[in-house]
Amino acid sequence: MKGPVGAGWCDSTRAALAALALTLSACGGDAPSLLEPASEAARLVERLWWLLFWISAVVVVVVAGFIAAATLRPPAAAEEVDRRMVPWGEPFVVVAGLVVSGLVLAGTFVVSVIDLNALGSPPGEPQLEIEVVARTWWWEVRYPNGAVTANEIHVPVGVPVEVALPTGDVIHSFWVPQLQVKKDHVPGVVNRLWLQADEPGRYRGQCAEYCGLQHANMVFYVVADPPDDFQAWVIEQAARAAEPTGPGAQRGRDVFLGSSCVSCHTIRGTPARGELGPDLTHLASREKIAAGLFPLLARTCATSSTTRRTTSSA
Amino acid sequence: MQARKELTVAETGLPGEVLPEHSEGPRAFGWWGMVWLIATEATLFSLLFGSYFYLRFRYGPIWPPEGISKPDLVLPLVMTAILWSSSIPVHIADAGIRKGDQGRLRWGLAAGSMLGAVFLFMTVGVEWPEKLREFTPATNVYGSLFFTITGFHAAHVLVGLLVSLWTQVWAWRGAFDERRHLSVQNFAMYWHFVDTVWAFVLATIYLSPHL
Amino acid sequence: MTAIPEGDWRAEVKERLEAIWGEAPGLGSWIATADHKRIGMRYLYTAMAFFALGGLQALLMRTQLADARLELLDPETYNQLFSMHGITMMFLFAMPALSGFGNYFVPLMIGARDMAFPRLNAFGYWTLLAAGIFLYSSFLVGNAPNDGWFNYVPLANREFTPGINIDFYVLGLIFLGISSTGGAINFIVTILKLRAPGMTLIRIPIFVWGELAMALQIIFALPALSLAAVLLFLDRTFGFNFYDAAAGGDPLLWQHLFWIFGHPEVYIVALPGFGIASAIIPTWVRRPMIGYTYIVIGELAVALVGFGVWVHHMFAVGLPNITYSFIALASFMVAIPSAIQVFAWLATLVAGRPRLATPLLFVLGFIIIFVVGGVTGVMFASVPFDQATTDSYFVVAHLHYVLVGSAVFPIFGALYHWGPKMTGRLLDARLGKVSFWLMFVGFNVAFFPQHTLGLLGMPRRVYTYEAGLGWESHNLASTIGAYLLGLGILVTLVNWYWSKARGVPAGDDPWLGETLEWYSTSPPAHYNFTTIPTVRAREPMWDQLELRGGAQPPEEGGRTLTGGHLTLSTSLLDGRPQAVVHMPQASPWPFILSLTLMAFFYALLLQVWVVAVVAVLASAAAVAGWFWPRGQTQET
Repeated sequence: MKGPVGAGWCDSTRAALAALALTLSACGGDAPSLLEPASEAARLVERLWWLLFWISAVVVVVVAGFIAAATLRPPAAAEEVDRRMVPWGEPFVVVAGLVVSGLVLAGTFVVSVIDLNALGSPPGEPQLEIEVVARTWWWEVRYPNGAVTANEIHVPVGVPVEVALPTGDVIHSFWVPQLQVKKDHVPGVVNRLWLQADEPGRYRGQCAEYCGLQHANMVFYVVADPPDDFQAWVIEQAARAAEPTGPGAQRGRDVFLGSSCVSCHTIRGTPARGELGPDLTHLASREKIAAGLFPLLARTCATSSTTRRTTSSA
Repeated sequence: MQARKELTVAETGLPGEVLPEHSEGPRAFGWWGMVWLIATEATLFSLLFGSYFYLRFRYGPIWPPEGISKPDLVLPLVMTAILWSSSIPVHIADAGIRKGDQGRLRWGLAAGSMLGAVFLFMTVGVEWPEKLREFTPATNVYGSLFFTITGFHAAHVLVGLLVSLWTQVWAWRGAFDERRHLSVQNFAMYWHFVDTVWAFVLATIYLSPHL
Repeated sequence: MTAIPEGDWRAEVKERLEAIWGEAPGLGSWIATADHKRIGMRYLYTAMAFFALGGLQALLMRTQLADARLELLDPETYNQLFSMHGITMMFLFAMPALSGFGNYFVPLMIGARDMAFPRLNAFGYWTLLAAGIFLYSSFLVGNAPNDGWFNYVPLANREFTPGINIDFYVLGLIFLGISSTGGAINFIVTILKLRAPGMTLIRIPIFVWGELAMALQIIFALPALSLAAVLLFLDRTFGFNFYDAAAGGDPLLWQHLFWIFGHPEVYIVALPGFGIASAIIPTWVRRPMIGYTYIVIGELAVALVGFGVWVHHMFAVGLPNITYSFIALASFMVAIPSAIQVFAWLATLVAGRPRLATPLLFVLGFIIIFVVGGVTGVMFASVPFDQATTDSYFVVAHLHYVLVGSAVFPIFGALYHWGPKMTGRLLDARLGKVSFWLMFVGFNVAFFPQHTLGLLGMPRRVYTYEAGLGWESHNLASTIGAYLLGLGILVTLVNWYWSKARGVPAGDDPWLGETLEWYSTSPPAHYNFTTIPTVRAREPMWDQLELRGGAQPPEEGGRTLTGGHLTLSTSLLDGRPQAVVHMPQASPWPFILSLTLMAFFYALLLQVWVVAVVAVLASAAAVAGWFWPRGQTQET
């Protein structure tokens, strides 16, 4: 499947799945759906899914057909016992259970291994390495130029980006269904994966490995920007916090620095150097706070996947 | 008990059929029970040794970790000699009672358990205090593995000793004879198993760090 | 019917056997009994009680998830519920229920008077109950296990879960392991050594093969879980470092050990379920199973290959792709023996003429559900797809299709098929069908949409979810389905309770079944059979007409064994009689031992080491009491 996801294709997805699930709106909402891939890797998974799906559907229909055929026959009498040998019986079991199943499984295995290798390496040399440190229950995102943010991972569109996946505490799992398969953050090792988004957009990600109390709310977004926008963004994020300009902002800074906030949070360019919670230097540039839990109040709550980030002042 | 001792066969209800009332070896339920208990225990130990090598090879090139010397081999080899030699009197006891020899049963079991007790003391009373001066289970994963694996094995020796004691009490009370000795047989099988496991403990804990 | 006139000998034999095997009613015999049928019933009732608890937990969770951002349950409660739901359904429902049927029916189906080790059997039950109470007492202190049944470290280390929750988990599972291991040894020896004369290997009923395969898997898989739990206990309690990456340990060691057990555990639950299907189908299609040999080899092959696939639960942890490729190959292969069994069932159904009574309906439902779970299982063998969907709701859907398919539906089918044998009364057929359709429809409505949820990116083990992601409608459907499923289950439980007292008397062989359990009375006498039969066919009740009278006469090979508390020991391969065995009498010691062990585990939980030492000594005393020699009788 080449090119961007078309509307017609989406409809066929909907139709196929609607036949399956009783209540379905596969493309509905802003679901981070595997069936709406936004990268080559995710498209590969999606193709694999449809292959597996159709094989499975045939198997289930065949089995159900046998059962239906059996139940349509007139039932035996309670006391009757049919002791006749069925000449086709055991050959059928061997052919269907061993030969046919074995061939289908072997074929699927080969496809899987080919796809596994394809997923292993990006299409080109990664242009950027980002470190995403998973912590209970948020994501710290570090860029090579010193920019640090949380729960919002900006990447340049159209180029491979390598993501290093350390953990700050327990096991978490990095999952952006529309861009890549998932990979765990495991203590003692640093796993890596690569991302390459086709088009600008916001792609929802969420921790996939149970990690305790607020596992359900450990959300993040990957924001794919056009390369120029990304450059501007990453430079801006590396900068120290601007001095407050108005009296309200000044008062805000004083409240923040004068309270216990500073023992957990960092705002670069101020005495706040806490390391337990997210770096808040450019908090106002994020769309959501608290690991995707709440939209940032200062902006309108437009979070559709195609809405571009608008510049705003806090 | 004494009166029924003479009964060796029972009628099954089929005209003229009688079958023995005592079984031993692979004919006895209890023998098979011990076989499968040993099978599951052997699996447990295999996984424990597997965990040792898994952690050891993930750890890196220096093993044992910095600050812990490679295990000294003199004491473990002495312990090996003592433990393995304990299998001989246990075997003598087992073979003896099959022929109805109460003397070999009693003295074999007694000698076996003495040697086992010496081994246990050398593990827990001599070797552990010495090692604890160098490292504890909480020091690092090497310490955890050392004490857990030797401790698991020592616990099995301890259980073996208790079963031996129990068997000896009944041996002295004359509960076993040439037909009725499944308990002795099972105890011997268990004891030989614990001795066999020690070969793997020796290879894993004591010899492998020297390779 | 052979022309043996109903003579006095039967009544006389029955009277003598009743005098030898009978148990007086009363508390003493209730505690001390070693009768496999009483114990089997207890397993079953206990399992059903835990099934109800696990089901209620599921309904609470489904209610919480009916819509986005509901606040019925707080996150801590939800996390405890999903953890205990998994632990309960695997360890306290599925395994005990299948062991219950095994306990009850294996001796009957192989023509023995009891299990090989009746006291060990009693001990297995009491220990299961004690461990179940131990695990559930965690709710009383508000600290139930909360890191899932998989209990991954380092989350489950003392550092991240400092409460007593995980101590309940590790100790409870070690405790339960004692029960399961004892039970497994008992099944294996019983099946190897107590088969009726003439029951060669190729005449063993498939259900018995299933229990044997299950028991073998327990023997070789359970040590991994016990070891993982012991190491975690040491880490948590004494600061050992097995799972601590900072001190040279490795959290992935837990995952390896857990899944070396955990994947075979799926088959531990599935294989007896397959066996139940193979026991029900011939009776209700009125012909022998097609492909007996292939089914048996298939069951054993699943049991074997099942040990080679554990890493497919770890496809996202970042192991080398070459490892993943090998494990994927094994995971694809393990589907083949299951496929063979499915096609053998289908062949038998098509060759026979099915009578669509409730037991068979449940088996047909099982086949369809299990096949759906099987094909999604094959999807997970495909590494890239697994990496995309693991830990999503797709897995929740898959595992319920597999486990509810292969355990719950066969177990419910078995309640209708074998219930009359156990209680002596038929269950209500109409309620049975109502129950089946509610369960079948409810199950699919509950779990099918969860596939879609997984594809839509919903992770599992979440106590709530965001609105506006298109997840609400599927979740609502799932919740509605769960209530339908619960209702269907309730109908059968009511049906059982009602029929056991008021149902139509069943007679000894209401379905004209093919295997030896139908040779006994309904419910079976304490001694199971008037005569231990000589078996000459794979379907003895169909091919040996002299069995129909319930007492194969000595001329035909029936052995009365009235000389004591006796059963037969036969040779392993061909079932030749080798010896008579004096079976142990009832004994209170297994019960007492399980109590002292319970005290031991509570002492470890609360870290009261003095009490732990006392409990160990008390346990040793209980073992001594248990094994106190009494003449020729074996003591286990």
